[in-house]
Amino acid sequence: MNIHEYQGKEILRRYGVATPRGYPCFSVAEADEAARKLGGNVWVVKAQIHAGGRGKGGGVKVAKSLDDVHRYASAILDMTLVTHQTGPEGRVVKRLLVEEGADIRKELYVGMVVDRASQRVTLMASSEGGMEIEEVAAHAPEKIHKVAIDPVDGLSQHQADDISRKIGVPEASLAQARAFMQGLYRAFVDCDASLAEINPLILTGDGKVLALDAKFNFDSNALFRHPDIVAMRDLDEEDPAEIEASKYDLSYISLNGNIGCLVNGAGLAMATMDTIKLFGAEPANFLDVGGGATAQKVTEAFKLMLKNPAVKGILVNIFGGIMRCDTIAEGVIAAAKEVKLSVPLVVRMKGTNEDVGKQLLKASGLPIISADNMADAAQKIVAAVNRHEERAAP
Amino acid sequence: MSILINANTKVVTQGITGKTGAFHTRLCRDYANGRACFVAGVNPNKAGEDFEGIPIFGSVKEAKERTGATVSVIYVPPPFAASAIDEAVDAGLDLVICITEGVPVRDMIATRKRMAGRKTLLIGPNCPGVITPDEIKIGIMPGHIHKKGRIGVVSRSGTLTYEAVGQLMELGLGQSTCVGIGGDPVNGLKHIDVMKLFNSDPDTDAVIMVGEIGGDDEETCARWIKENMKKPVVGFIAGVTAPPGKRMGHAGAIISGGKGTAQEKLAVMEACGIKVTRNPAEMGKLLKSVL
Repeated sequence: MNIHEYQGKEILRRYGVATPRGYPCFSVAEADEAARKLGGNVWVVKAQIHAGGRGKGGGVKVAKSLDDVHRYASAILDMTLVTHQTGPEGRVVKRLLVEEGADIRKELYVGMVVDRASQRVTLMASSEGGMEIEEVAAHAPEKIHKVAIDPVDGLSQHQADDISRKIGVPEASLAQARAFMQGLYRAFVDCDASLAEINPLILTGDGKVLALDAKFNFDSNALFRHPDIVAMRDLDEEDPAEIEASKYDLSYISLNGNIGCLVNGAGLAMATMDTIKLFGAEPANFLDVGGGATAQKVTEAFKLMLKNPAVKGILVNIFGGIMRCDTIAEGVIAAAKEVKLSVPLVVRMKGTNEDVGKQLLKASGLPIISADNMADAAQKIVAAVNRHEERAAP
Repeated sequence: MSILINANTKVVTQGITGKTGAFHTRLCRDYANGRACFVAGVNPNKAGEDFEGIPIFGSVKEAKERTGATVSVIYVPPPFAASAIDEAVDAGLDLVICITEGVPVRDMIATRKRMAGRKTLLIGPNCPGVITPDEIKIGIMPGHIHKKGRIGVVSRSGTLTYEAVGQLMELGLGQSTCVGIGGDPVNGLKHIDVMKLFNSDPDTDAVIMVGEIGGDDEETCARWIKENMKKPVVGFIAGVTAPPGKRMGHAGAIISGGKGTAQEKLAVMEACGIKVTRNPAEMGKLLKSVL
């Protein structure tokens, strides 16, 4: 789960990590009010969306007067912000963060992730703040410094100071940088984060260390112990189809192709998508119905896939283990009837009771194309979609 | 022979009285030598009772002392799964297989730290388990699709493992042991650890290695194979079409920061002399071609 920058900064402040003062705003009037409350003579108006690259897309503006704040807030609020992370369709800005301006002397990068190899939280830091860390990793990997943090000892003073020096924090600011990194680590662990990025972390003219941005992702398996973080969820930032899917305990992700796929198991679902691509088409979604799929779950899955107007055909691939193929067949038949299926459907079933399942599909009288293996299934659905499209063309 | 488990293994089930634990314990007990293998259950609130004839103990330690169990399988709910692993490790078991899906990563980081220097091996969490066909099955895989033989299978994904096994069976190839290592980012045995075991198992002739996007376990294993493996290995990586930054069902199946792509893994595996296929329907055929 992701949260907005202003929410990330609220968390950071709770752990003693310094950030500029600021207020979230949902209207231009609130932005005006926030700037007045903050005082001073420089403000930053920042679009709040769950995607990076906001500055380049025109979603971050420095205001030198209250009129500027008003003008920028009016321009950014409700704009469709396109960044390299939003895709070409962009994201509508519904929230702003208005902050006091900061006197930036130096921009640095600090991030935390769970490193799979060392099985520890790893602190990454770089002197190249403001740039994307992937770019730094590609062009100047020697400028990224890492330290694996012992889960019992935490981030030690020595580790924090060492990495601070490596990224160019001056001696006078070391203590502040240490408090910053140790606070960030405590926030990461306490909140069950899976990723935290402060980019940039800045050194100000008077030697302060501040988080100018804050990005957090959280371990969805741990949200049960963080109702406060769950409350930060912004459904406007999520795909409606994925939200709908989660209601039925389906794992669904929208993709750009035209062949819907319904599979049991995440690995098999990915393999099915790959096979579709291998035979010249693109999958419209990832959809794992899980181990305990019922007829109702399969029906909901069909409805979900068909809400996507791009879907021109459906491929069902089930390896019946504990879940029997006849159960799935019943679900598919019920679903096809209920949604009055009008696109080609290929079903590949393998495993427990596969013969009974195939027999049920055949006896249903529905135009279901049966396939023997994954490759056969992919070829058949690609061919069927092409035929269907030709017929539909004038 | 086989790896990790065989017909003589004695298993204690943690979470035997829960819905999932009860359901799968019955299937495991009814598979091959299961009746002799599944000797104990654990539930502190039901100590002294039994689960359909399998005695329930108050702790793993007691179950081990009273029954000689050396392996545990865990079905307890996610918030308690890591501490169930800790208990099995503290009891000094040889192997712990954690089926539970949805264990918080932070809990697993702490548990893995506690396990350092201990003898207990861990498989999972979020895995289908381990099966040595016609001897013993520990986990949630369908037993009847397997047959005893000489091919090893190691995979991060459940149903994709079954798919590989199904393809082997169509070609008349049985399996020595199939290991589902699970789809979580912080877990127990990795591909490389299982590969080492297959390499020294006299009854395994060749191995199918199934991976997926995320992390670099497959690459690490591939490099080890290049230097050390005496047996042919074939591979498939799921997720060529997976978009970056999206978690594909499994907690660990995510391309982050441009790392962990299927293409990258396949390239490293090929460079290390592993035959790979981009067509998951051909894993079995590919394996047969290297025998």
